Amino acid sequence: MIRFLYGHQLDAFPRLRDTMFSDRADQFKRRLKWDVHVSEEGFERDEYDDMDPLYVIAEADNGDHLGSMRLLPTVGSCMVNYHFAHLLTGPVQSPLIWESTRFCLARHAPRKTAALLMLAAGEVMVGFGVEQCIAVFDQRMVRIYRLNGSEPEILGSMGEGQDYIGVGLWSFNSHAREAVCQRIGVAPQESRTWFDLHFGEDNRLGQVG
Amino acid sequence: MIYHWVNAKGAETGVGTYEPAWVETYRRENYIRVDPVILGCAQAFHPMDWKQLDWSSKAARQFQADAIAHGVGNQGLSIPIRGPNGQYGLFTVSHSADDQAWAEFIETHRRDLILIAHYFNQKAIELEPERVPETTQPLSPRELETLTLLAVGYNRAQIARTLNISEHTLRVYVESARFKLGAMNTTHAVANALTRGLIIL
Repeated sequence: MIRFLYGHQLDAFPRLRDTMFSDRADQFKRRLKWDVHVSEEGFERDEYDDMDPLYVIAEADNGDHLGSMRLLPTVGSCMVNYHFAHLLTGPVQSPLIWESTRFCLARHAPRKTAALLMLAAGEVMVGFGVEQCIAVFDQRMVRIYRLNGSEPEILGSMGEGQDYIGVGLWSFNSHAREAVCQRIGVAPQESRTWFDLHFGEDNRLGQVG
Repeated sequence: MIYHWVNAKGAETGVGTYEPAWVETYRRENYIRVDPVILGCAQAFHPMDWKQLDWSSKAARQFQADAIAHGVGNQGLSIPIRGPNGQYGLFTVSHSADDQAWAEFIETHRRDLILIAHYFNQKAIELEPERVPETTQPLSPRELETLTLLAVGYNRAQIARTLNISEHTLRVYVESARFKLGAMNTTHAVANALTRGLIIL
């Protein structure tokens, strides 16, 4: 299932929380060899996790983490304008743009997990009037975006292959929703329901981006 | 309409259009302790429709009845804002309307409401007595180029071609520059950048 959780809500789901931070260590430290800090318990957490971000999480039936991403508004302190500033020509700051970082997939996550997460993040954007996400991604994500017919507009990048890190803008609209839904066999009403169940139908500011 | 903010040091201020009698009552009854809007928005950065908040306690229901009696309205949307350095703001619009009329209003004006909320917040940050001037983000080279080309009369397609970027990306530069300059629209942003001497023709 898909969950939308603020940082302060994670403690109510200890298993999900811990497997998310250890899957992040596995992906960013071990596989991608990014310069990230991993705690003694094997968790990859940084100062942005302490800023009470909004996580979009795919959860397995047994409560384990399958994949996730982390959302923060760009008008406050956020990662792209600080840690990835060298990839941008200047800070991106807008109430209509949120940042999406730490897109992570568990090692044995089902193939469609990435698409589910993109769809879920898209529902958050539409529901809260966010027009674009500025995302930080690795090479594999570029393929995943392409596969789902919603490639980000690359604003900057460095490195190649395994070392590739890109920053780009990602938007979501009815066309992107249909494409992803069709590819992974989810009815568009279903993905809307994820949002409605969590944030409430009355909290939906818009129907389609 | 009410805008309420807490600065980095925890000092609170607010401005709004509520009746003075309601502001007075709110203070006297110390409603901030039971107000579901305050409680519900404190730990979030997404807009909240009041219907979605927890009004189940007796104190909350009493508070709501009192608010409606003072003309606050039965509907509301609150937009929490997390600014830099722990600054926090909450912008609210409220009205007396049925659910359908309210939903239509929100759907039509969501973009403007989000932008208005943030402009209020930017002004609040600017008015901080001990504000460090650098809190206004400088314009990036791309944003300056974009504004300059707009100022000399290029249209968006021409600018995108000149800068070798898509119109989609161009829009981001324009939006970002507009936000940093606190401008109401693109024309205002260009005028603002010219008067401040940020771009020179």
